[in-house]
Amino acid sequence: MIPGSFSYHRPASVADAVKLLSDLGDDARPLAGGHSLVPMMKLRLATPAHLVDLHGIATLKGIRRDGSNLVIGAMTTQHELLASDDIAQSMPILHEAALLIADPQVRYRGTIGGNVANGDPGNDMPALMMTAGATYRLEGAGGARDVAAADFYQGAYFTALEPGEILTAVSIPVPAAGHGYAYEKLKRKVGDYATAAAAVVLTMSGGKVATCSIGLTNVHETPLLATDAAKAVIGTSLDAATLKKAAAAAEAIMAPAADARGPVEYRKHVGGIMVTRALQRAAAKAK
Amino acid sequence: MNDLTPTREQRSAALEGMGCKRKRVEDIRFTQGKGNYVDDVKLPGMLHGDFVRSPHPHARVKKIDDSEALKVPGVLAVITAETLKTVNLAWMPTLAGDVQMVLADGKVLFQNQEVAFVVATDRYAADDGINKVIVEYEPLPPLVDPFKSMDADAPVLREDLVGKTTGAHGPRKHHNHIFEWTVGDKELTDAAFKKAEVTIKEMISYHRTHPSPLETCQCVCSFDKIKGELTIYGTFQAPHVIRTVVSLIAKLPEQKIHVIAPDIGGGFGNKVGAYPGYICAAVASIVTGKPVKWVEDRIENLTATSFARDYHMTTEIAATKDGKVTGLRVHVLADHGAFDACADPSKWPAGFFNIVTGSYDFPTAHLAVDGVYTNKAPGGVAYRCSFRVTEAAYCIERAMDILAQKLNMDPAELRLKNFIKPEQFPYHSALGWEYDSGDYHTAMRKMMETTGYAALRKEQAEKRAAFKRGETREIMGLGVSFFTEIVGAGPSKNCDILGIAMFDSCEIRMHPTGAGIARMGTKSQGQGHETTWAQIIATEIGIPADNIMVEEGNTDTAPYGLGTYGSRSTPVAGAAIAMAARKIKAKAQMIAAYKLEVHEDDLEFDIDGFRVKGLPEKFMSMKDICWAAYNSVPPGMEPGLEAVSYYDPPNMTYPFGAYLCVMDIDVDTGVYKVRRFYALDDCGTRINPMIIEGQVHGGLTEAFAIAMGQEIRYDEVGNVVTGSFMDFFMPTAVETPHWETDFTVTPSPHHPIGAKGVGESPNVGGVPAFSNAVNDAFSFLGATHIQMPHDYWRNWKAAKDLGAVA
Repeated sequence: MIPGSFSYHRPASVADAVKLLSDLGDDARPLAGGHSLVPMMKLRLATPAHLVDLHGIATLKGIRRDGSNLVIGAMTTQHELLASDDIAQSMPILHEAALLIADPQVRYRGTIGGNVANGDPGNDMPALMMTAGATYRLEGAGGARDVAAADFYQGAYFTALEPGEILTAVSIPVPAAGHGYAYEKLKRKVGDYATAAAAVVLTMSGGKVATCSIGLTNVHETPLLATDAAKAVIGTSLDAATLKKAAAAAEAIMAPAADARGPVEYRKHVGGIMVTRALQRAAAKAK
Repeated sequence: MNDLTPTREQRSAALEGMGCKRKRVEDIRFTQGKGNYVDDVKLPGMLHGDFVRSPHPHARVKKIDDSEALKVPGVLAVITAETLKTVNLAWMPTLAGDVQMVLADGKVLFQNQEVAFVVATDRYAADDGINKVIVEYEPLPPLVDPFKSMDADAPVLREDLVGKTTGAHGPRKHHNHIFEWTVGDKELTDAAFKKAEVTIKEMISYHRTHPSPLETCQCVCSFDKIKGELTIYGTFQAPHVIRTVVSLIAKLPEQKIHVIAPDIGGGFGNKVGAYPGYICAAVASIVTGKPVKWVEDRIENLTATSFARDYHMTTEIAATKDGKVTGLRVHVLADHGAFDACADPSKWPAGFFNIVTGSYDFPTAHLAVDGVYTNKAPGGVAYRCSFRVTEAAYCIERAMDILAQKLNMDPAELRLKNFIKPEQFPYHSALGWEYDSGDYHTAMRKMMETTGYAALRKEQAEKRAAFKRGETREIMGLGVSFFTEIVGAGPSKNCDILGIAMFDSCEIRMHPTGAGIARMGTKSQGQGHETTWAQIIATEIGIPADNIMVEEGNTDTAPYGLGTYGSRSTPVAGAAIAMAARKIKAKAQMIAAYKLEVHEDDLEFDIDGFRVKGLPEKFMSMKDICWAAYNSVPPGMEPGLEAVSYYDPPNMTYPFGAYLCVMDIDVDTGVYKVRRFYALDDCGTRINPMIIEGQVHGGLTEAFAIAMGQEIRYDEVGNVVTGSFMDFFMPTAVETPHWETDFTVTPSPHHPIGAKGVGESPNVGGVPAFSNAVNDAFSFLGATHIQMPHDYWRNWKAAKDLGAVA
């Protein structure tokens, strides 16, 4: 539990950080909140020779409006997300999910950028970003580009980030007023990753589901968008048979690992239940 | 007398003696981060050690190459079994009469076993070094399942024992067999079963878990070559025993070994025995001539330092149709891992498991325990437990519920029907113990009345009907547990550790101004001794507790004692304190008689001094007596006021309690909610009710953790898969239920102040309460026994197996 030696860099701008990362190559890793990287270094499962700490870059922090989008700087902490009135009002599912991430100490340090960029299927924010239709801004030596969250995750810890690129911001379209939402997370204890979790954002019209998006956390090597499950509930009043169909459609794309949280069968089963419960709660909240 | 003269109540309250909810004096430093723990010890020139550990559960060690490690800047030495053999320390004795490899000697027998010890100038260099030691292994077939340990074709684990047909506790039946221990009358018990109207039989497992104190095990060893003295700072629950053991195995004169246990961040049985880290740090200090620190990390603590439990108990009860128990038969398969590293009194290979008859009047019983080796970490220690009492209490309390279910009787009623009656005490149990005192019926009835037990059963019946009608997916369980503990090891007639009788001690020295210091052979790891020991003295001699400083843990200054574990401190050292205080008081009475010019017999003790009987104005305070003790003692009397007492208890103490857990379980997810938990404890005389309450809260939280998910788990090829607090369930305040505490008081008749131990009771009684609640919840669906731990997925699986989930 003792990390090996490394050099520490603290650039003051994105340009400097990008230059450092491209100069130092594979031996360098950007450091955000450190909650994933530092434990891996302590176990010597990660042995970067250089850490490029992004805390010195002021432009990476903050929450602002850009037209109909909310733009959140990558180094904005979970605690800052929770403190934002704008997010609480216009994007309440983000507030709800951030409260389910670990504990206050972790949330003071953990960042939205680190959470979504690391590619850990256990993290809560990636599925949420896919559900909300977010895009990520990636900046590297070759300039900046935007990648949809839905296209970002390629495998466990494998993402669309190219070597030397940094995820600098998350842009989320503000959902329609009166939308319903829920993030249902089953976990063994505070600080644990989800046994299974489901995010739902929907709108209702005349007692029936008008639009719906469903995301799944920690039931596959990447976060998932459960598009078939979402399709199954459109135009319905979420009757028992529909809920069953949606849960089954969601379970059909899950491929969780068996671990101490339970065997595969259990994790898929409760994954389906999280979908059902999230749909019901979201519908009840919709106006 | 005027208005300013304190009343008797005020004088008594000013002492903050026994019965007072005195605030913990040690918390002033602990809550401000000013404690002094082993890792705070920094000596000039101190080096750091770290272990190379085995990735294999069972393998031959072909070669250890340290050449690259020695090139790492800062690395000074790599110690292996070959190094240790030069000082005859490659193996060390365990407290259970076995021997244990300090470093892998030809073979490794469990994953994460200590293979080499790298010594470096700092902790980072040491870790760099362990990553450069190249060990060549030849994997051997691992033995993981204890039920296969004694198969004819089971691999030989302990090559050092080949051909040895006798172990420390008698004959060995197989190459992986450690001991067989039997107690009770087999013929009589078999006969009781033969004519029984009703019997039950169930294999009840208590899974492997771990004490996991927040502060891991650690030490700093410093050998002074000039003086030939070894100083060891360590996280020791029993510092004097450590000194004696070091003296015996390292062949150092005992006066040249200084063992210092500073503040300790929790022990729970984990810090009683000796670990390879201690030996390696000591040897490294001797080799390098520098102090050497060894601090294990969380993974090392969970996976290599002694585990607890791992008892597989096949339990049978014989009874009459109307629910009177007539016999108990238990066979235990005990998984000790690679080495039997139990920390029990030496003559007790299965600890006090023969308390398994519990609170019930069994006319006859028979117990057999077989200890076996597997390729797992060695142990098992008594995790907040008086030597296998937790296992015994779980066994009998689960079995009584199974019997109640078979008889279609209420589990509380079945217990009331079979309790040992108040007039039967002192009670001789069928398995050999003499219970000192108890009033079980009163405690049980108080629990039932306070919780509204009958109404809860009614609600449960309604919920079960609603579940069957498909109106709810939630089931409700009531977990009844009534335990009898056996604590205070122990009387020299049957308790010793490596031949040292298990007495304990106290030395009190009063200063002229009415203050004093008390030193003990015990060692607090969070129990609050600095607070409670002073309270006993305050009441006994009438000096305010605030004026008494309590000191423990330094073998040079403290009187010899056997330490703190097994809830023995109050039953044994607490008695020594009272006896030493009474010696002080006796001398004080002589001094007071001289100063007040009366005969000793004309004095009576009155709260904080002595008063002449019938002459209330003639009074001398203890404070004034302390002064007089140093300057105007009676002619012929030595000055000074101090006393020492070594207390050999005449018997154990037998605390008991009645617990109830009310639990709701969602069958679709297996998620449970502890709606209510009520714990009534009877620990005899209560010294500090607030500390008792704290102890009960802590023990219940551990019991909750163990029953509901806390386990050390191995996969089928011997990899330990629960190496961190992510997977080893350590509940936070969020998961921890609300605790309701209550009490009755049945003093111990043989203890000087009537006190019994309490620290472990809530762990002992709590686990069956939680497990019985889960089992009770599922019983109407057809379950008889569901093994622990009852985490979410296993609850769901139970529901699924019973057909309650599609």
